[in-house]
Amino acid sequence: MSTVLAVLRKDLRLELRTFETLPAMALFSLSTFVIFHFGFNQAAIAGQLAAGVLTVTLLFAALLGAGRLFVAEREQGGFDAFLLAPVDRNALLVAKAVAMFIFLAVLEVIAVPAFGLLLLGPPLGPRLPGLIAVLALADLGLAVIGTFVSAIAIQTRARDLIAPIIGLPLLIPALIATARAAGPLLAAHGSGSPPTKWIAILALYDVVFALIAYAVFDYLLED
Amino acid sequence: MPDTPAIELRGVGRRFGERTALKEVSVLLPRGATLAVLGRNGAGKSTLLRILATLLRPHGGEVEVLGEPLPRRAFAVRPKIGLLGHEPLLYRDLTGRENLQYHARLYRLPEDKVDRLLEAVGMELRGDDAVRSLSRGMVQRLAVCRTVLHEPELLLLDEPRANLDPAASDLVEPLIGGSNGRTRVLTSHDPEAAIKEADLVLGLRDGQPAFLAQPGGLDARQVKELYA
Repeated sequence: MSTVLAVLRKDLRLELRTFETLPAMALFSLSTFVIFHFGFNQAAIAGQLAAGVLTVTLLFAALLGAGRLFVAEREQGGFDAFLLAPVDRNALLVAKAVAMFIFLAVLEVIAVPAFGLLLLGPPLGPRLPGLIAVLALADLGLAVIGTFVSAIAIQTRARDLIAPIIGLPLLIPALIATARAAGPLLAAHGSGSPPTKWIAILALYDVVFALIAYAVFDYLLED
Repeated sequence: MPDTPAIELRGVGRRFGERTALKEVSVLLPRGATLAVLGRNGAGKSTLLRILATLLRPHGGEVEVLGEPLPRRAFAVRPKIGLLGHEPLLYRDLTGRENLQYHARLYRLPEDKVDRLLEAVGMELRGDDAVRSLSRGMVQRLAVCRTVLHEPELLLLDEPRANLDPAASDLVEPLIGGSNGRTRVLTSHDPEAAIKEADLVLGLRDGQPAFLAQPGGLDARQVKELYA
């Protein structure tokens, strides 16, 4: 646990000092909403369409952030330093996934209100608690898969291509479950709580991929 | 296991794709001794150090470091190794102090050691500057601090005095020099200086041992041929 905290603290400090990841994710999301706003050429969207736009935008922003997760480790020797230390290597996975989760949560604090202003028809207020729950589960999956895929991609020369090529297919189930769970929350006369079935699928997806990533991450760091 | 040698290599080899970086390297180094590894650029010196540091797996032969076979018991050896390589292994956007505190946390060490080390290498006044703003010599001094922070038994030093002026070299001497009693493996592009501080000298040519001898048993021609 102390190793996770040490790596997490270092990563958050680096981000606060360089602002390399979060502003890029936020700008990407806001630009995408603006493009959709003009592209749809209608006053507002709602329901499943709105959920799809929000989910896809966040997914691509997450991939953008994930691509930066291990850059300092690769370019500044952080991998070697970590591998030399007598620590559980999975601590790196956990710390990076937590950092990614935090980046996504901060991103959503900016992006979701912007989405409400630029695109969404129905008021967001009463459905916000349900949406936060759905996005928290989605963020967990995006953070775990994003970290896992980024750790694979960083070992290759074409890391900017590899991350989306591997990440997108793996994230399709999470994308479907998130969009379906968020759809009723963003509908004009929808329910205030997300459908249990899709929440359960999203949670199951998170657990399965977290376990897979935890089981194989050590091997990704091996020579 | 203090009676075991510090390093025992038997026919160690390593490839990178089709290229052979190391071939049939055998060395027996007692504890507390210094091995100087000499050779031209690309001779395999850094590869050998990375194998000893558990960062690379050998593709042939057997490696024992501090009595532990590698890579099987790498986890037992890692806390006892300090690697000072070409890269300082420091984050450029963190300060020197923050970098060392991070390493102290990884090794579960008290953070006041960081202040003592910064003082020892004359970096106490620049310790709160971002690494990217420091000169290469200063970064090298910080890298020395990182290497010895956890008081390793075995020091793996890849051109340890690169970028250091004579005064800075004197400052780091008590930490990585021969006088501290630690086992050391060092590479250098200054063969004369390296041989002076060595108990054993390994010459590598294209990844293969050209000679392995005590400094007294070496003649200048052998060393000269290594760089020809």
